[in-house]
Amino acid sequence: MNDMRIVERDVDTNNVKIAAKGVQVHYGDTHAIKDVDVEIQDKTVTAFIGPSGCGKSTFLRCINRMNDTIDIARVTGDIRIDGEDIYDPRVDPVQLRAKVGMVFQKPNPFPKSIYDNVAYGPRIHGLARNKAELDEIVEKSLRRGAIWDEVKDRLDAPGTGLSGGQQQRLCIARAVATEPEVLLMDEPCSALDPIATAQVEELIDELRRNYSVVIVTHSMQQAARVSQKTAFFHLGNLVEYGETGQIFTNPEDPRTESYITGRIG
Amino acid sequence: MPVLWLSLIVVAISIVMFVSGRQRALRASGGDSRALHSLPNYYGTNALMKAIVPAFGVMILWLLAQPLILQNSVSGMIPDSMLTEGSTMGLVMSEVRRTADGLDNAVAAGFISAGDAASAGADPTTISNMLRDAGQVVTSDISQPILNAAQAYREMSATSSSLMTIVVLLLALAGGAWGTMQSGTEFRARNVVERGVLTILIAAASVAILTTIGIILSLIFNTVEFFRLYPAIDFFTLLEWSPSFSGRGGTSSLGILPLLWGTIYISIVALFVAVPVGLFSAIYLSEYATPRVRGIAKPLLEILAGIPTIVYGLFALLTIGPLLVSVFGEDGTGWMGGGRSVMTAGIAMGIMLIPFVSSLSDDIINAVPQSLRDGSYAIGATRSETIKQVVLPAALPGIVGAVLLAASRAIGETMIVVLGAGAAARLSLNPFEAMTTVTAKIVSQLTGDSDFASPEALVAFALGISLFVLTLGLNVFALYIVRKYREQYE
Amino acid sequence: MTDASLPASSDAPHRASLMQADARTQKRKAAEKRFRMYGIAGIATGIFFLIVLLVSIVSSGMGAFQQTFINVPVFLDPAKLDKNGNRDIEDIKKVSTFGYNPLIQDAVLQQIEQADIDTPLTKRKDMKALISASAAAQVRDTVIANPDLIGETVTFRILAASRVDGYLKDRVKREDVERDKNIDAAHLDIVDALVPLGVIQKTFNLAFITGADASESRAESAGIGVAMIGSLFMMLVVLVLALPIGVAASIYLEEFAPKNRWTDLIEVNIANLAAVPSIVFGILGLAVFIQFMHLPQSAPLVGGLVLTLMTLPTIIISTRASLKAVPPSIRDAALGVGASKMQSVFHHVLPLAAPGILTGTIIGLAQALGETAPLLLIGMVGFIASNAPDGIASGLLDPNSAMPAQIYEWAKRADPAYYERAWGGIIILLGFLISMNTLAVILRRRFERRW
Repeated sequence: MNDMRIVERDVDTNNVKIAAKGVQVHYGDTHAIKDVDVEIQDKTVTAFIGPSGCGKSTFLRCINRMNDTIDIARVTGDIRIDGEDIYDPRVDPVQLRAKVGMVFQKPNPFPKSIYDNVAYGPRIHGLARNKAELDEIVEKSLRRGAIWDEVKDRLDAPGTGLSGGQQQRLCIARAVATEPEVLLMDEPCSALDPIATAQVEELIDELRRNYSVVIVTHSMQQAARVSQKTAFFHLGNLVEYGETGQIFTNPEDPRTESYITGRIG
Repeated sequence: MPVLWLSLIVVAISIVMFVSGRQRALRASGGDSRALHSLPNYYGTNALMKAIVPAFGVMILWLLAQPLILQNSVSGMIPDSMLTEGSTMGLVMSEVRRTADGLDNAVAAGFISAGDAASAGADPTTISNMLRDAGQVVTSDISQPILNAAQAYREMSATSSSLMTIVVLLLALAGGAWGTMQSGTEFRARNVVERGVLTILIAAASVAILTTIGIILSLIFNTVEFFRLYPAIDFFTLLEWSPSFSGRGGTSSLGILPLLWGTIYISIVALFVAVPVGLFSAIYLSEYATPRVRGIAKPLLEILAGIPTIVYGLFALLTIGPLLVSVFGEDGTGWMGGGRSVMTAGIAMGIMLIPFVSSLSDDIINAVPQSLRDGSYAIGATRSETIKQVVLPAALPGIVGAVLLAASRAIGETMIVVLGAGAAARLSLNPFEAMTTVTAKIVSQLTGDSDFASPEALVAFALGISLFVLTLGLNVFALYIVRKYREQYE
Repeated sequence: MTDASLPASSDAPHRASLMQADARTQKRKAAEKRFRMYGIAGIATGIFFLIVLLVSIVSSGMGAFQQTFINVPVFLDPAKLDKNGNRDIEDIKKVSTFGYNPLIQDAVLQQIEQADIDTPLTKRKDMKALISASAAAQVRDTVIANPDLIGETVTFRILAASRVDGYLKDRVKREDVERDKNIDAAHLDIVDALVPLGVIQKTFNLAFITGADASESRAESAGIGVAMIGSLFMMLVVLVLALPIGVAASIYLEEFAPKNRWTDLIEVNIANLAAVPSIVFGILGLAVFIQFMHLPQSAPLVGGLVLTLMTLPTIIISTRASLKAVPPSIRDAALGVGASKMQSVFHHVLPLAAPGILTGTIIGLAQALGETAPLLLIGMVGFIASNAPDGIASGLLDPNSAMPAQIYEWAKRADPAYYERAWGGIIILLGFLISMNTLAVILRRRFERRW
């Protein structure tokens, strides 16, 4: 696989899934995100890149309101999904998160069986009317997570017993089981070896058909491989956002160029 | 010479040795301490240690061994005739000792001349009268053999004491002199001293082992003695507990089962109070509470843990008991006869265990990695769904461990049951009835009037060993579970 | 990766707006609220129990700090107290407390007559029910201390009987008195009449804090002072033994012990000792210190030894935690300038860990101070500790009680007047524990160091 291969694909620019305007995040006294505006398109893989601590993960966690679980985090500004303000007091983060799935840096399967891991979301959201439907959802999700063939004979085995790459794909399957519309991925491959990384990357590309995928990554090569759009964050600012090809070949901002050529980061 | 004075003299000698050891080292170096291997104080300490450690070691051993040896040699003087009438060697010997102590005190107070006290021809009745005048406790009139034995005892202990004084002082001087002689430029005083200190540290660490050995030996010896007087099979299988008050065994039924039942029943009631309250508190504190609420509620709950058990005992006896009686007693449902019952003790014990369960569970719930919660929230689970379906199942082994530790606490608890549970051993299912426990019976059998060598008293050791094994087993098992659980997330 | 290329998610249910919670979400939110309430209920229950406990301690125990006294001028009749008239102290001593009782009873009777109270109780011996049995001893002690008082009329503040005290404290009710052979309703009438005159008075009772225990029938004169001294001596023993041994053991285990079986054994041992029921330590004390070593029964020395063994694991565990909290860089720095391992520990690590060790020790001491069960077995209950010890040796070796043991002893007695004493004793005991724990918290706050 050519590491710097740039994915050339048609991008449907008309369909904005997530629109953020003037987003600010404070962690206690730290100003983590400074006035970020971004529009993320449907059925697209968008990569957030930038040096450590630049705020890319923090911004990602704003999109499904995971920052709510941190007491000291304060989010201001406006984030809309399908035109609805997700920070509106009427919005229940629980419903929001069913719509916006998330996959984490470290695979975090629950200490339950593989089946129960995937069935967890559909069960709490009441997506299946009976066991047969649930079985169907679990199988479909595991297939989407590209792990069905590996685990179909041991659905009762604990999810924690799988290898790192398998665990991460199980977590992806778990996330897609609730039929989200957006899938957020926070450095999903940083804890994986190269082979598992390749599997997950291939999976991300597949997922693009159904979801709007936002992926935070440390690795510029990965961003180049999987994404159509790339946003570069630096010190809490969104420095540059555009077509992946353009960002990597012809960045407008000198900071982006410095980062991509390895001078900062 | 009293031990206190002897100890002070040994300390004084060793201080002198410290100074001389240090001086000698300085002299050897010609006043330039840089020529020495170690700092001058180490040479002094070396001499000090060599003076003090062997001397005190011998003194302690001597003091431990002296009563045993004396007892053995004096017991030969007691005629067998004295041992027939329901008495044992132990009892007679304690009377001998009491008489000897009485004589010592009376001589010290000037009531009896030293010569009278020691004279072989002294008349037992006059001596006992004199002792009584001197305000010494003497149970009955002293018999001739006891007086003779007491006199022999006094004489031998006096000889032994002076011998000990001489040996200890000689050892201190010799050790100190040796240490002082060692002082020289080449002598590695620091290394020697540090090795000595290390030995002391090891000895201190071994105290814990010695305690355990002491516990096990004292339990086993007396339990074996008990099983010689009372069949072990009865102890473990009889469904009745009714010690006779005569104190000579025979008619006593000493079955542990009713006590064990009371113990377990009360512990179950306690856990029924403590586990839900403690667990829900822990869940709230670790998952919901803001830091401020946590900062107030957690210490408040932990006050309950700092309250001595006697307070809970009194609370059970004087507050919970009457309260329960007013509801379930004669005037209420009529299930309860008196204030003391399984419920009374169980509720008090449950209150005591709340902070124990809550802080252990709090630790364990906090050890569940945040990534699991994040994973669950990210799917759109609510907090309670996350807790019930992810956090608690993940924490379950640890929580089971915590509950087992609490159970072990409950089983070993004494004051609450002594005051709140009652004295009658009973195999009943009614939680409003008075029952008793293993610990309560250990107390009553060992603090009663029964003769120490009787099965009624010795049974306490058999109860003690059962309690020890039971709580130890629970603890080891619980700690094992908790450790396994911790390892899983490290 | 063919598995993933399933038909696109045309089957994905189109969800309603985020702005409206669907029925299921509302149900889940309700469940969430309920669950949260369970948690709050759990904490509330715990705190409720704490409050009930504290309220019942304070409300039942404060009474012990107040006591009812009778102020009466007693005529110290020379004809009774000094029949020979020579004021010879030996002769005066021969008159026992029985000789003083009539004088006091007369004095009280006189008060009643002066107050012109209409009562059927006009005889001298009727007064007995009002006066504490220890009043005579009080008067006798005063006379022996100062024989010149004989022949004069001296005003004494004598203890009222426990029933009278109970009546003024609402413990003894009029309806109970009918069945009580110690006191009649007529006595209570007298009390009611004498209280406004100031003859019978309820005031602060210092004797409860400083005094000694009393016999079963004289609850009014029992105090916890001597037991407090017993506890003090035990704590001295614990401090002197447990602190150095505990610190030495911790230093060895934390800094020097090689990782081997023996060390493991010691560690497991300490962890388990910390969980051994305290009563088992009592058995150990009884068997080893009293049966085997023949140390005196009921002596604070033995109590202290037992509590030392019991507290050691606590102190070792907390000391090791504070030693562990000192970062290795400090040790490395000391070793780096050529200090020996021993020097690095004693000169650098130990002083830095000292506040933590001290805190742990205080908490261990507080635990030992409240412990009762082992003391029962080594005989620190069941007798009356009447005199304060008069020196260190006597304090360590003479039979004494300890605060919690004294409380237990009172709780066992039949007279409800003793329950009040027991609660009062608990207030004092908790007072000590609270001060010790506060001290520990202050020390921790003051010296806590984050590395």
